[in-house]
Amino acid sequence: MFIYLLKRVSLGLVIVVFAVTLLFCMIHLVPGDPARILLGPRATPEMIAHLSAQMGLDQPMAMQILKFFGNLLRGDLGMDVITNRPVAEIVFGQLPYTLWLIGSAIVGAMLIGIPLGCYSALHRNTWFDRFSGIISVACITAPAFVVALYSLLIFAVWLKWFPAVGAGEPGDFFDQISHLVLPAIAIGISWVGYLSRLVRASMLEVMGENHIRTARAYGLPENTVVYQYALKLAVLPTVTVIGVGMGFLLSAALFTEIVFSRPGIGKLIFDSITTRNYPVVMGSVLVSTIIFVISTAVSDLINAWLDPRIRNSL
Amino acid sequence: MLQVLKKVSAEPLGLLGLVLVVLMVASAVLAYWIAPYDPIALNIIDRLQGPSFKHLLGTDQLGRDLFSRVLFGGQVALKVAFISISIALVIGVLLGMVAGFGPKWLDSLIMLFFDTIRSFPTVMFALATVALVGPSLMTVVAVIVVTSIPTYGRVVRTQTLSIKNNEFIKAEQVMGASTARILRVHVLPNVVGPLLILASMDIPTVIALEAGLSFLGMGVKPPTPSWGSILNDGYTLIRNTPWPIVAGSIPLLLVTLGFTFLGESLRDQLDPKLRNNR
Repeated sequence: MFIYLLKRVSLGLVIVVFAVTLLFCMIHLVPGDPARILLGPRATPEMIAHLSAQMGLDQPMAMQILKFFGNLLRGDLGMDVITNRPVAEIVFGQLPYTLWLIGSAIVGAMLIGIPLGCYSALHRNTWFDRFSGIISVACITAPAFVVALYSLLIFAVWLKWFPAVGAGEPGDFFDQISHLVLPAIAIGISWVGYLSRLVRASMLEVMGENHIRTARAYGLPENTVVYQYALKLAVLPTVTVIGVGMGFLLSAALFTEIVFSRPGIGKLIFDSITTRNYPVVMGSVLVSTIIFVISTAVSDLINAWLDPRIRNSL
Repeated sequence: MLQVLKKVSAEPLGLLGLVLVVLMVASAVLAYWIAPYDPIALNIIDRLQGPSFKHLLGTDQLGRDLFSRVLFGGQVALKVAFISISIALVIGVLLGMVAGFGPKWLDSLIMLFFDTIRSFPTVMFALATVALVGPSLMTVVAVIVVTSIPTYGRVVRTQTLSIKNNEFIKAEQVMGASTARILRVHVLPNVVGPLLILASMDIPTVIALEAGLSFLGMGVKPPTPSWGSILNDGYTLIRNTPWPIVAGSIPLLLVTLGFTFLGESLRDQLDPKLRNNR
């Protein structure tokens, strides 16, 4: 297990290094240099040269990448040349909003999706099962920004039950919660469908296994069999699926943050793209990629811990 | 092929999926003839109308007929989906076969490339690319191609690896068959089925991604109609009229649902191993 852990973590590191290099290459393969684009058409050559030097663009590319990695290790993502603040400070200031949003969406989705899937599996092929199956697929396929638009339209504009814009007053807990509800629903609803189908499938599989038959043969009450033995096993895949699904969660959060004008890392990326603020784009895409890499690695490790066969595959 | 379609349409959900997909493709292909108005013709006097017999889905802030825009938006969605998935399939198959059949170092390198691409959250990768290259339909296609290659490549690689070590392949090699022949005759037929299922399940994701990027103003350029840009108009007008949101979202939801039902039904028909899970 320790060797697997070592291998998996080093693979994660290699991927991050590759991802940074790729981002760097992309920025530098673009025709026209970032400093010129940032300053606009009326910039003088002196201004461009000054900004290039400030951004470190006048050095060879290999140097720039090495320097970036060196800074990265110290937690320094560079300077935002527009506001003159450290990029890391800006990104980590926005990150908690996104993590709260994703976290509450996924917890809510688990609270609804897992019981739904469990019930469907236990009442297989009833009308409820079929109906929830169709609704689940409909939920899964609905893009997050469409759900966000409808929830904004119905609950914020028409019914005025929830606020439409922002994340609420800092410090005012209830205000923040009421700002969180609609965005969390927009992200979580496809996960309700996804988790319920997943739990249903794995529940059906577990219920057919020998140890469940044995438990029943021993005369254990059906409730004990279902909730203490079967459900525990059937829920395990959801943990790993959420880890791998972090990319989808971050993407969905981006759309939702934009629709609800909520602060967060997705809104930050979008805003810095529209203002062509490359250091911030780079920093925030990088941080979200690192979060994604960590969460897939964690879910792989959990999987390997549970299933010895996976340990030998890397 | 016909048999598969027959089996798919025997199931209620498969039939529903098939009908939705056929309707969508037909309306996009025939948009030029069935659209009642020019999708980019302005008509300020009739702006922001609700649905009526004159304008089936209403009009937007410039008086453009939303029904016509939805029909032509379908063309954009389909074009992007089919072009990008086809290119990604071809490259994915090639890379997957090279990874599976080539030397170990090349395999590791290709897998590392796949893992790196997959480590970016798709939309953020797309936005970073658009920020650098500028928004256009080509950029959207390129982003979808690059982010879809790893999925297809991995499937092909796994299949290639499992076939490579069979005795009949060794026998062929002894008899002097070239690697190209082995890949074409023995590997390719084995990967086509799973790949087509994967691709049909990917179409809704791709259509949603195109709509999402156009919604953010990072896809098609105005005044070209796209479901995403119609939704963007709806978002800016949300306090005035709900109709652009309704007009842009209904085809998007129906089509993603249609392709998903069709894809699941195809999978059940073509991949008997998965059928027992239902």
